[in-house]
Amino acid sequence: MNPAIQGRVYPPSAPYLVGREKVREFARAVFATDPISFDPDVAVAAGYRDVVAPPTFGVLLQEHALKQVINDEEAGIDFTRVVHGDQRFRFTRPIVAGDELTAILTVTSVKSIGGHSMVTADTAISDGAGDHVVTATSTIVVRGDE
Amino acid sequence: MSPRISELSVGDVVSERTVEVSRDSLVRYAGASGDFNPIHYRDDVAGSVGLPGVLAHGMLTMGIAAEAAIDWAGGAHRVRDYQVRFTRPVVVDPETGATLEVIGKIGALDTEAGTARIDLTVRFGGETVLGRAQAVVSVD
Repeated sequence: MNPAIQGRVYPPSAPYLVGREKVREFARAVFATDPISFDPDVAVAAGYRDVVAPPTFGVLLQEHALKQVINDEEAGIDFTRVVHGDQRFRFTRPIVAGDELTAILTVTSVKSIGGHSMVTADTAISDGAGDHVVTATSTIVVRGDE
Repeated sequence: MSPRISELSVGDVVSERTVEVSRDSLVRYAGASGDFNPIHYRDDVAGSVGLPGVLAHGMLTMGIAAEAAIDWAGGAHRVRDYQVRFTRPVVVDPETGATLEVIGKIGALDTEAGTARIDLTVRFGGETVLGRAQAVVSVD
């Protein structure tokens, strides 16, 4: 694992169009029941254009962005040794159906602890107007040789 | 209706629930999230990499835990910040699944920002599986 990737910024992802049925599907999968994620009328009454995604929905964009790091030969990450350590989502506003989102990943930290490597990356997710929606921060642990 | 900050106190239990996760739940989450790592649905693959069984996606556990805070706060749009640390795996039995116990307590209140921090505890088999699981939600 190459510590020199700290600070590296990867190219923006192709735009991801958030579909209403995808939001409903994801909401069902995380056992959501609040109508704001299912019923557009409820979402509109609360001031949103369409159904509101559960807070972890951004993982769809994050996973795609993280693949760039894991597949980056210079990073030298063995994906079979990767474990998810921490996850955070910081919102400017929630993700809503109809959003066209773009993600830009920055490797913010690479640390070596007891033979393992910890890589922290911020995936900044913005809408079609370029305004920030949410930043997903993920720390992955790459286990060393045992 | 959202909770009123003036009526809340740090330490209040705001949610307590039991969630039954089955292999079906894992397949459903795999499809919804696009995470098709076979350790989440194939016993042979999980066994071959030294795991005690098929595991729930960490992000599924994170998503389920959030719902305790969301239902109390009054919707997903109220979540401002949500973080967890994955500390223990959730092994999902092919027949009996896995039972998650989720408890949400008020960890902090910020009257100026109009937010409550909900500290979430998720237990599986009597042990916690998430660390520092905190959701900051807006309240009235």
